[in-house]
Amino acid sequence: MSLLEFDHVSYQYPGEKFNIVDDLSFSVEQGSFHCIIGISGCGKSTIFRMTNGLLKPKSGSIYVGGRSIVEQKHYCGYMPQKDLLFPWRTVGENLALPLEIMGGRSRAEQRDLIDDALADVGLEGCRDKRPEELSGGMRQRAAFARTMLTGSDLLLLDEPFSALDFLTRISMQEWLLKQWEKHQKTILFITHDVEEAIFLSGSVLAVTKTPIHTLTEIPVPAEYPRTRECLTRPEMVSLRENLIDVLRKQVQP
Amino acid sequence: MKKANRGNLPALIFLFLLLFLWQLGAMRVNAAYILPTPVQILQRLWELREPLFTVHLPATMAVTGIGLLISIGLGLALAVAMDWSPLLQKCLYPVVVASQTIPTTAIAPLFVLWFGYGIWSKVLVTVLITFFPITITVCDGFRSAKVEMSELLATYGATKWDIFLKIKIPCALPYFFSAIKMAIPMSIIGAAIGEWLGSQSGLGYFSRRMMTQLDGAGVFAPIVLLSAAAMLVVALVGLLENKVVKWRGES
Repeated sequence: MSLLEFDHVSYQYPGEKFNIVDDLSFSVEQGSFHCIIGISGCGKSTIFRMTNGLLKPKSGSIYVGGRSIVEQKHYCGYMPQKDLLFPWRTVGENLALPLEIMGGRSRAEQRDLIDDALADVGLEGCRDKRPEELSGGMRQRAAFARTMLTGSDLLLLDEPFSALDFLTRISMQEWLLKQWEKHQKTILFITHDVEEAIFLSGSVLAVTKTPIHTLTEIPVPAEYPRTRECLTRPEMVSLRENLIDVLRKQVQP
Repeated sequence: MKKANRGNLPALIFLFLLLFLWQLGAMRVNAAYILPTPVQILQRLWELREPLFTVHLPATMAVTGIGLLISIGLGLALAVAMDWSPLLQKCLYPVVVASQTIPTTAIAPLFVLWFGYGIWSKVLVTVLITFFPITITVCDGFRSAKVEMSELLATYGATKWDIFLKIKIPCALPYFFSAIKMAIPMSIIGAAIGEWLGSQSGLGYFSRRMMTQLDGAGVFAPIVLLSAAAMLVVALVGLLENKVVKWRGES
């Protein structure tokens, strides 16, 4: 069953002459993990911003769980590139944000949920710390926990690891796969790092042209659970080189 | 703490050097009715302590306090209104700026004619001088809120009110304290100008009365008191700020 579906969706930024997303249709299965890969400025973030309702499509409709997003709330969790932990709130208070806004839970219930979420991402005992006391990887995990607390099945992660150093990034990738396997969420993940896309995705959705007419689905020939060793297999290496080729054609140096 | 004190030492030496030069210069000029020495001013302050502290300081502080409270209320209301609606911002901004081009000292005598010699003509002068920095600074504080943060909350289903409460207010808080620290000395100046122009009590009035008696030290004594009061209140606000705003300086 498809969880997210784009039905002939177009979008045009005010002041631009063309549709950046043009008559795009695609769908994403429940429980899958896809990376959307494309060069910077190709419009992949626009797809996210329409899905989470920050931008209204010029035409076409978007469905989550079979219903149009226009008539729903709280159907997706969105995690932007910067962790955006509010510096005036403690880590725990940051995690409380989606709960406070959705309402309907008592303080004690919120507190339990937050403690569980923190334990889940390995940040036990960080509830009363300030965000600036955490390292980059810990901050991203806190931001991920906050996204999980939206309670949505669909998670939109927009280059969440791009600001991290290489070693932290690869351990966060492994960590994210474990989280996904554990919680059975549907994850869409934007990146422009080919290796990251191949390592994480069940199949890669590549943006091969701007404006975006289609997303080219490229299955990744490896089973979950994965380790980084799978990246050295010949079929993975050739997939990586192919993808780099396709993307590089669009870059004008 | 020790480190901070050591840093203060050169500043203190510098201050005393300035006062010392003033003392020397004033002694050379030897005309206390126009240029009194610091020592003469302190002496005069001591001699006049009775009327200064029991009558005139409370009068000025009353004007300052009321004026400051009204300014904070008005300044915040204007800042919130301008942040809430771009249309209101377009309407209000020019009026707010225009209000600052009024040469207050020149038309303050009119305020006395409108509101009499009571406290309100002085409060009006104070408010006119003080509300502007509060409005502009707090408005900037609201604008410093990152769009990405508001967008994130919007994806959680936040209303405009949620965003105001959870992002705009915390972002504007450090700006608000800066505004208050600026506004305190200005409100005291405002009160003194108001009293200078027409009043029966207050430090501004007292300073002017000493002027007519060619008592140079008597002119300066209430001014020293005004500065001390301003510094004290600003320091208190600074303490409060350190308690409330813990995240300033974090990028």
